[in-house]
Amino acid sequence: MVGVARPHRLGFGATLRRDLWWIETIVFMVGLIVLFGYLTVSAFLDEWAFHIGPYYSPVFEPGPFMLLEDKLEKPFGPWFLSPAFVILWGPAGFRLTCYYFRKAYYRALAFSPPACAVGDLWPQYRGESRFPLTLQNLHRFFMYVALVLVWFQWANAIRSFHHPDAGWGIGLGSVILVADSALLSLYLFSCHALRHFVGGGIDCFSCSRWHRLRKRGWDLVSFLNVRHPLWAWASLASVAAADIYIRLVANGTITDLNTWTGF
Amino acid sequence: MALRTIRIFRGTAGNGTFVDYQVEVEEGNVVLDAVLKVQAQLAPDLAVRWNCKAGKCGSCSAEINGLPRLMCMTRMTLFPPDRPVTIAPLKAFPLIKDLVTDVSINYHIARQIPPLRLRPPGPDGIRRMTMDDIERAREFRQCIECFLCQNVCHVLRDHPENWALFFGPRWMVRLAELEMHPLDDDDRRNFLKEKAGVGYCNITKCCTEVCPAEIRITDNAIIPLKERVADLHYDPFRWLLDRLRGKRPIPRPEERVEKAAAS
Repeated sequence: MVGVARPHRLGFGATLRRDLWWIETIVFMVGLIVLFGYLTVSAFLDEWAFHIGPYYSPVFEPGPFMLLEDKLEKPFGPWFLSPAFVILWGPAGFRLTCYYFRKAYYRALAFSPPACAVGDLWPQYRGESRFPLTLQNLHRFFMYVALVLVWFQWANAIRSFHHPDAGWGIGLGSVILVADSALLSLYLFSCHALRHFVGGGIDCFSCSRWHRLRKRGWDLVSFLNVRHPLWAWASLASVAAADIYIRLVANGTITDLNTWTGF
Repeated sequence: MALRTIRIFRGTAGNGTFVDYQVEVEEGNVVLDAVLKVQAQLAPDLAVRWNCKAGKCGSCSAEINGLPRLMCMTRMTLFPPDRPVTIAPLKAFPLIKDLVTDVSINYHIARQIPPLRLRPPGPDGIRRMTMDDIERAREFRQCIECFLCQNVCHVLRDHPENWALFFGPRWMVRLAELEMHPLDDDDRRNFLKEKAGVGYCNITKCCTEVCPAEIRITDNAIIPLKERVADLHYDPFRWLLDRLRGKRPIPRPEERVEKAAAS
């Protein structure tokens, strides 16, 4: 069975739809390009101005650089070696292989297909059954990495309440970092691969006490999973927003509202 | 009562065109009502397949204004009154006449799926399962086999050559139902990868969007199946763990066929 009968036809953009199907595609395209594009570029911006006072940008994990304290204030190597890379590869891999973002970029960037019942771009299609797209199966490994990194994110959020010189307090930056950590956690704990890891791979939930326990975990992740697209976009936007805010404070463009002396 | 224009595809494969009909539409009418009025009053030779008119038989699938829907579940008020409502046959299946397509390829695929293989009964000779176990598979039993998901899936819709390589969303739902069945002891993961072509799905979720039974096909059937295949083929840790637990290797699809023939 090859080819289709009239009134249909094959080919890119072929459709009988008359609604504004392309709006969603364009919104997704702009969202993906702006947010992923910004986070990629941000790693190289402002001579690594990732932190000020108790605030550290969520794209930057300073732990490994604590031993090189003085180098935090200035470039520590060639321009392409950004300290953001210490943490960014994990979330980047997690998001690129994420089941939800796959849907988003296959539709909006690869036009495979651009929308439901609209002809896709590619004359031949093998999906994720051939290399390199079989690498999407690495999602679970990025998920394991993210399960570790999310606690660094929370440590970063908690640390934002403690100014190195002025002690404990609270600022708008702290609130933004807590909100960002919460959204990242919701995104991670609603992940499809985590859902499978926790209990989705079990056929008989009632067969042992261990399986019953895992069923509870599966129920919880399933509950969050229904809103996975929301958490995916909200957490992506919150990372970018937190990074922009801390950079603007660090550059002196804006002043943070806080209980310390202000910076 | 309002006069509405219904634009219906009339013809057979390779020879057909859209024809406009005007019929009186009453409040609460669905698209199928309008089509049946056309058949009763204006075009008695119009071929249209329908049965229950209650969204339970899955017979009246069509593409209404370009989107795959059930005619009996689509209200006329959904569309602007000043524009014709366009009704076309399903794109992914061979056209027989007017709005009727030949969906028999689905039954050919269904026959290839390894059926339920019951695990041995308990010591008391009874096989038991609890509500917790069957809850997950119950969603998949809601399928009415309207084949809208098969029709909208771009893997099949835009690449008819893939019918030989990919079973499509409806049969992924069936495979998920069997694979997650608490009393089934078969392992279809090799079958899923090599015969059913689960890797062809790129998660764009159109099947979920058009499903009139509101089955979360991608999230609850296809992605969990992909994760199970990843357990076996793309996760060396899991593979090692299975071997250490003494789990037996899974027969490949061709071995399965040979064994079935021998028995």
